[in-house]
Amino acid sequence: MTEAAVTAPAGLRLTPATVLEALDAVKDPEIPVVSVVELGIVQSVTVDGDDVTVAITPTFSGCPALHVMREEIEACVLALGARQVTVDIVLDPPWTSDRIAPAARERMKAIGLAPPPPAARRAFAIDLELLPRADAPSEAPPACPFCNAMETELENAFGPTICRALYYCHACQQPFEQFKAL
Amino acid sequence: MANPATGAATVAPATDRTALDTPPPELLGALKRYLLALADDEMLLGHRDAEWTGLGPILEEDIAFSSMAQDELGHAKIWYGLRHELGEPSPDRQAFLRDAPDWLNARLLELDRGDYAASLVRQYLFDLAELLRLEALTGSAWKPLADAALKLRQEEKYHLLHGQAYLERLAKGADEARDLLQAALDRLWPYALAIWEPVEGEADLVAAGIVPASAALAPVWRAAVVTRFERAGLTVPLSHDAVTGGRRGEHGPELVTLLAAMQGLYRSDPEADW
Repeated sequence: MTEAAVTAPAGLRLTPATVLEALDAVKDPEIPVVSVVELGIVQSVTVDGDDVTVAITPTFSGCPALHVMREEIEACVLALGARQVTVDIVLDPPWTSDRIAPAARERMKAIGLAPPPPAARRAFAIDLELLPRADAPSEAPPACPFCNAMETELENAFGPTICRALYYCHACQQPFEQFKAL
Repeated sequence: MANPATGAATVAPATDRTALDTPPPELLGALKRYLLALADDEMLLGHRDAEWTGLGPILEEDIAFSSMAQDELGHAKIWYGLRHELGEPSPDRQAFLRDAPDWLNARLLELDRGDYAASLVRQYLFDLAELLRLEALTGSAWKPLADAALKLRQEEKYHLLHGQAYLERLAKGADEARDLLQAALDRLWPYALAIWEPVEGEADLVAAGIVPASAALAPVWRAAVVTRFERAGLTVPLSHDAVTGGRRGEHGPELVTLLAAMQGLYRSDPEADW
């Protein structure tokens, strides 16, 4: 998080911390129980007097919710008293689902969405035999968000949004969605 | 069987280079062309994939191709965005206001979607190529390119997981499915080879450590394709004859038709605020 000199007049004290706190009210429109801060897409907040710059990073690069979150972040910080708000989209470092806050993971489960398992990491090497095989998933299947059973199976690598996969629980015989590991 | 490790050595980026924050001015033209080829491939594949929305042979595949379309369009936006930062018009204007001769996509991506087998085979051939290219580009000396490649590479695993699962399931199923997949592979193969046609000036970018040599990636990709398709019981053609020209702006009638459909609305009012 970038610290910046705060030269705002008395009575209006914008700091990166107050901005971040306020941004906790901005939710992911596709997962309304998780804020943009908990999702881990807020890369930095810079305050320069009354001007605020927020750098965010996409989860999946094609995510259509990104521009919605961008507009809501801008509106949120303006409502906080900022004169000018800039929301930059940056790619470094790339987002990973490991950034999702623990409390947010619990809330995902409560709405029937399995949180992502730790993302598989590969060393930088072009080794095609290490590519994921259909019959040998790189990650263990998630626990069922309804009954916590581990007898779950991938039904489809794609779901209702690009960040979700579809699973089936053999224990409680319910289909469920998983937030993909990235 | 090709040794992937050997392939890796041939495409590994130079390690003795210094990172570039801004590309050298004399390489700007070639870099913009290279990025345009990347962007145009993704944009057109995204458009073709989206044609399956509502028409997929089964609901899961309707969803899968719609999701992959979103991914490819997201990737295209990032590549057009990098060009925008280098002084080109906005991503939307790049995508919707250029005529066919200004597109640098490989012709594979402009072809009509064909039947489901053709779409599946095209997607898988391209995804394997894209993963290899992105993997190599993560070592680019130009940092914005390396950052973007790292980001996009992460998303590819779901495409490959999907492609491989369906390829194997269908090819090992009924004879009709196998025959349709084989026919698609035979027809698309010369176009797929041309994914690796270099843009003008690529050699200069390679020498500067900004991009990998397409000629070095091509055999690694080919070996991967052979391994995976043969595992599914399909035969990869032996031919090396590629339908090139796309990277020089030479395209077939399919691109003209596609652009008319894709760009018509935007061109009716380019200043409209969506």
